[in-house]
Amino acid sequence: MSEASMIGLLTAAVSFGALLYLAALGELISEKAGILNLGVEGMMAMGAVTGFMVALETENAWLALIVAMLVGALFALIHGLFTVVLGAEQVVSGLSLTILGLGLAAFVGKNAVGRPPGAVLAPVDWGGLSDIPWVGPILFSQSPIVYFAIFCGVVTSFVLTRTSTGLALRGAGESASTVDASGHSVVQLRLGAVAMGGALAGAAGAYLTLCLTPQWTEGVTAGRGWIAVALVIFGAWRPGRCAIGALLFGGLLALKTRLQTFGVDLSPILLSMIPYVLTIGVLIVISIRARNRPSSSPAALGQAYRREER
Amino acid sequence: MSTPFAVDLIDIWKRFPGVVANAGATLQVKQGSIHAVLGENGAGKSTLMNVLAGMYRPDSGEIRIGGSQFWFRSPSDALAAGIGMVHQEFKLVPSFTVAENVVLGSADRIIRRSSIESQVEALAKQFGLNIDPARPVWQLSMGERQRVEILKTLWRNAQILIMDEPTAVLTPGEAEELGSVLREMANTGRSVIFISHKLHEVKEFSDEATVLREGKTVAASLRVEDTDTSKLAGLMVGSSPVTTDRPPDREHGPSLLEVRGLEALDDRYLSAVRDFNLDVHSGEIVGIAGVSGNGQRELAQAIAGLRPVKSGTITINGDDLTHALPVERFRAGLGYVPEDRLGVGLAPRLSVIENAILRNYKQLRQGPLLVEEKMSTYCEDIVNKFGVRTGPLNEPIAGLSGGNLQRLLVGRELSGEPKVLVAAQPTRGLDVQGVKAIQDLLVAERAAGVAVLLISEDLDELLTLSDRLLVMHSGKIVGEFDPVNAERQDIGAAMAGGAQG
Repeated sequence: MSEASMIGLLTAAVSFGALLYLAALGELISEKAGILNLGVEGMMAMGAVTGFMVALETENAWLALIVAMLVGALFALIHGLFTVVLGAEQVVSGLSLTILGLGLAAFVGKNAVGRPPGAVLAPVDWGGLSDIPWVGPILFSQSPIVYFAIFCGVVTSFVLTRTSTGLALRGAGESASTVDASGHSVVQLRLGAVAMGGALAGAAGAYLTLCLTPQWTEGVTAGRGWIAVALVIFGAWRPGRCAIGALLFGGLLALKTRLQTFGVDLSPILLSMIPYVLTIGVLIVISIRARNRPSSSPAALGQAYRREER
Repeated sequence: MSTPFAVDLIDIWKRFPGVVANAGATLQVKQGSIHAVLGENGAGKSTLMNVLAGMYRPDSGEIRIGGSQFWFRSPSDALAAGIGMVHQEFKLVPSFTVAENVVLGSADRIIRRSSIESQVEALAKQFGLNIDPARPVWQLSMGERQRVEILKTLWRNAQILIMDEPTAVLTPGEAEELGSVLREMANTGRSVIFISHKLHEVKEFSDEATVLREGKTVAASLRVEDTDTSKLAGLMVGSSPVTTDRPPDREHGPSLLEVRGLEALDDRYLSAVRDFNLDVHSGEIVGIAGVSGNGQRELAQAIAGLRPVKSGTITINGDDLTHALPVERFRAGLGYVPEDRLGVGLAPRLSVIENAILRNYKQLRQGPLLVEEKMSTYCEDIVNKFGVRTGPLNEPIAGLSGGNLQRLLVGRELSGEPKVLVAAQPTRGLDVQGVKAIQDLLVAERAAGVAVLLISEDLDELLTLSDRLLVMHSGKIVGEFDPVNAERQDIGAAMAGGAQG
């Protein structure tokens, strides 16, 4: 393997990693507040298609990104309405959201399939920094969304551990009645977290169609939302560990397209299975290890909260 | 009328599906006093306090705090009016530290760990509460958790503190400590409302008492000094209290339940039962006393087969069933009355019949199908024999009262004619009649030669019923007592983990 192709692989690992990280971070926020949202794939698809179409219309990639985040948040609030307000089963609602999102995105984006992008998010110009060997191309030639993802990770980590809002949000995921009794609104906290999760999933989707791919086809999300869900578990609900996992899985996604050029003679279909097989593998290993020690998952994850229940 | 009451609840009504929890309850609390709210389980004490704390919205009635009328839409409204409540089931986040739990809900936007920890520590010192603010709550004992709850209300500068059965989870020594903390709070001008059904505590701790029965106030603001406990007891129960007599002594038969070197883990995978050895003989009731959370629950579950055993053996009626399935234990002669009667013991949405046959349905089949007549006959037998008052037998059991649920559950377990009966908290939350009925059943089983393991938090019940009394602390037996001659304070010391009996 040449140096150039190694650098290329690592650069792509960071690019794909940021995609996974944004979505995983969103899911992490939602789960920290106690709401499991399996609709990541659907929210991502909605973000991808709306981002792409706004870019087609306005040729403004930033506006497209913002709209994609808003759509992601609104879409997530459907899940919020069912699970937080109405107390519905979170797994069922989340799965429905994925199915709905994939279908709706395909329908909305029918006329956009195969069209060239109206605008793309160009890599940030860091001046001389990008000329540093290795580090330059890997870290300082990336799309602005990569830096946005890192920024979001730092902010999320800070908010969750060092602010009163974060304390209350984590409390809502550990013991909702406690947070309620302390005078916070569990509904507000959880809805906020779910919307935030949707916004980040939407951003991940827009990143896909405005930068990584960059075009719209049905199924462009290709199961990456599911990897994001697994990443949260892999990262033990910690933003920092999720980042490491995102880089790892980003690397696998990048490797998949490159293995053949490295001379590995394997069916491309088998190759594209690798990240997903590994996702399953990681989940199995984590579940087995978790059997003999306390879980780090939020204690009230998946539980609806109603006050006057007895 | 000089100063208005700190708390004035007027004609509070609160209905839940199928239950009227408060039917015109009133309560008047003077500022700077400790006021006991007395009543039996189900008298509506907790509901009334939840109304005052903003957890429940009353259907009608008036809430006055310091003379002005309030309408609480949520706990935060009540908090804003200066009302803090320490719930019976603590409202704490186990994975958070003491300090994080205390400041939850009223912290600065940006939290600095060291600063909140020192602030919380200072506050704790001021009221004589001994606690390490940096420890996660899941590591704390029940008594310590209660201190965290009290700190939470002090942190919010609550002027009215509601304590819902605060001593239920405490050792006698801890209860005394709590009494002095509450007095300290009253001396600083705060008002304390103290819910209890333990009369000697009411007598010891409080200035005034209000008695509730069936959702109504039957006696308001009695001066505790001038009222004797039997009068309070009479007001609570309505008629004269029913007590169970100590059953006559009886020869024991062979050992039917043998536990050797048992170790079982709790839900956090920490050792909850350790080095546990136990023999229960035919015709004997062995009582297990202890402050809740010291491994009693895990012990019962391990014996019933609902919790894996890490090491040691469990032998029932001569068979080693350490790792056997619950159904195999049932066939070997184990009856089990779980602590959580509606969660584990009975299925709330199934009918009386379905619940009654859950254990024994295999006898009621013809080929692969259940025979309806056999089912209802089987169920009617239990209902009649154990005096379960029910509606139609094919209706869900959810509407039954606690006492009747327990009769049905105990009846079902006893209809399997067990050799060994494990009863975990069998009378908790029952009214006086219900307690008596269940206790009589246990005594009858003893007379029939069943080996009974009785796990209870009610020391009086244990002293009355048991032939031998074991005290559990941190998962181990720390003392064995003869219920007839033992001193309560020795038992109390053992419960606190202190002395060896």
